[in-house]
Amino acid sequence: MKTLFDKIWDAHVVQNVEDGPTQLYIDRLYAHEVTSPQAFDTLRDKGIKPFRPERIVAMPDHNTPSDQQERIDDPVGRKQVETLRKNCEEFGIRHFAMGTRDNGIIHVVGPEKALSLPGMTIVCGDSHTSTHGAVGAIAMGIGTSEVAQVLASQCILQQKPKTMRINIEGQLPEGTTAKDVALYIMAKMTTSGATGYAVEYAGSAIRSMSMEGRLTLSNLSIEMGSRAGIIAPDETTFAYLKGREYAPKGAEWDKAVEEWKKLYSDEGAVFDKEVTYRAEDIAPRITYGTNPGAGIAVDGRIPEFKDIPEAEQAQFLSMLDYMQFKPGEKLEGHPVDYVFLGACTNGRIEDFRAFASVVKGRRKAEGVVAWLVPGSWLVRQQIIDEGIDKILEEAGFELRLPSCSACLAMNPDKVPAGKLAISTSNRNFVGRQGPGARTVLASPLTVAASAVTGKITDPRKL
Amino acid sequence: MAKQKFNIIESTCIPVEIDNCNTDLIIPARYLASTTRDPKFFGDAFMHDLRYDAEGKPVPDFVMNRPEYSEAPREGVHEIIIGGQNWGSGSSREHAAWAISGYGVRVVISSSFADIHRNNLLNCFVLPVIVSREFQQELFETVKADPSAKVRVDVPRQTVTNLKTGRQEQFPINSYKKYCLENAFDDIDFLLNNTDKIEAFEKR
Ligand code: SF4
Repeated sequence: MKTLFDKIWDAHVVQNVEDGPTQLYIDRLYAHEVTSPQAFDTLRDKGIKPFRPERIVAMPDHNTPSDQQERIDDPVGRKQVETLRKNCEEFGIRHFAMGTRDNGIIHVVGPEKALSLPGMTIVCGDSHTSTHGAVGAIAMGIGTSEVAQVLASQCILQQKPKTMRINIEGQLPEGTTAKDVALYIMAKMTTSGATGYAVEYAGSAIRSMSMEGRLTLSNLSIEMGSRAGIIAPDETTFAYLKGREYAPKGAEWDKAVEEWKKLYSDEGAVFDKEVTYRAEDIAPRITYGTNPGAGIAVDGRIPEFKDIPEAEQAQFLSMLDYMQFKPGEKLEGHPVDYVFLGACTNGRIEDFRAFASVVKGRRKAEGVVAWLVPGSWLVRQQIIDEGIDKILEEAGFELRLPSCSACLAMNPDKVPAGKLAISTSNRNFVGRQGPGARTVLASPLTVAASAVTGKITDPRKL
Repeated sequence: MAKQKFNIIESTCIPVEIDNCNTDLIIPARYLASTTRDPKFFGDAFMHDLRYDAEGKPVPDFVMNRPEYSEAPREGVHEIIIGGQNWGSGSSREHAAWAISGYGVRVVISSSFADIHRNNLLNCFVLPVIVSREFQQELFETVKADPSAKVRVDVPRQTVTNLKTGRQEQFPINSYKKYCLENAFDDIDFLLNNTDKIEAFEKR
């Protein structure tokens, strides 16, 4: 009787170090420009080569600008992107260069090219590597020293996490998306509620969720402290992966699917922790604070001071002070300055379809700056193929080029100090979108509704 | 990264009383664009946006700028940080651990650490020490009331002691990691010594 996580973990154990970590074999290492330069330096210091270069895929995403991709003006960012290219050349690693049709945010590109497959162990020097767990893989963020370890040996040393299953049962109400589910779970669990655990998402609401939705949910696992958010692969997964660039083909595919069908938590498998939420209880959500767990329903109120546990009061006040919000305040109707659709959380085709469905036949609000940034060149191509770009254009929006963009202040897309952004990204930390920038996290539907009214808007009421 | 062997550390502490102190706070994203490994670069960026205002002037009330805590770490002085709970959440950036180590800190004490950051600290030879919530509170009080108070972290015995009050707790660390810290031995060295096992695994 094994959990899904245990099945994949056990199949990758090279050895268990006595009273120590497990040496785990890694099927796929992704590398981006920010967390890899010093790892490649470690190889050079030690005079070694990557152990299994064919298992590594690299691409720049954090520093790439979203208005043009001919050049990077910031010399430091440019050097980082250049360094990745040179390292890949020197060490024989597959590299999806900026501005080419292979490029995009790793956590969007990996699944959509079927470089991330069920049953794999996947790591990257990036906490949102949890995203890839949605295809039925163990996918975890690691640090740069660990990137160096994987480069050198295709293994990492890890303590096996505890397991937690989060069940979402029932049918999600109209206007409620995977993003809202994630924001809801986080508000219930807090941002450290799953620290030390690998989470599995299950239940009828997950089974009926699209692949894009599942990727969004797994993406946000890290925001409650869990490094991994896994979902058992099923027909939805297979249909999504079939025919994609790096998916197995022909007889290989059939064989692979047979194996993948064994990847589920056995009936009676015991989790260290198990919680169940009702899909019916979940509504469109927004955040009001500076961690993703500080959230409310879009039509709800910020908690009153007296309702905050004593130990959290100081933090509550400092969050509201930064956000310029008040205890008990309703945020629906609050003016917004910036709108961001994109990031590895919500930069997929379904997110653009959702956004377009709301803004179709409407106009972008005067004075609102909107950045609509596809997560990859493939997504961008699909947007154009489906004519979504036309709908956006008619509504006064402009489609940008694939990048992490305004998710973090590392490229030109920075939200100015004091401005309020409503964003589909995953982090509302102090300064995350630019020094002094204020961030409200929400789903593509809520962000779209807010983009056309210029105020925080409940998409169900538009 | 300075790989110093661990034994017993006895030092004054800096109380950074911030719960959920995420790695974006420990080092803001703009410092991530670097390709350097210079400890001073990262040490200067440690808690940068709380330490300095938009013009780059030190923020006088931030704890690391107060005269009692502003002295740069050296043996016996400010080698230990007492952090709030859920220390190091958010981004996986090891730059956060480089910032802490580059500043000169050797131990971070908290009641809880985010998983990725905890591994990063260990890989950078900074020891994350987990104590009870009560002990964490007591340490904050002691160090705030008397900045010259010292805390002892004894790695061989796995104990942390408030030398002012005498209160002591055991902290967990597996024997493999303890061996690494005491001998300045890296995970990568371990893995490179085990490539035969990896090749055998691949043939299975
Ligand atoms: S989109 Fe944001 S969260 Fe995702 S990889 Fe890029 S910076 Fe990280």
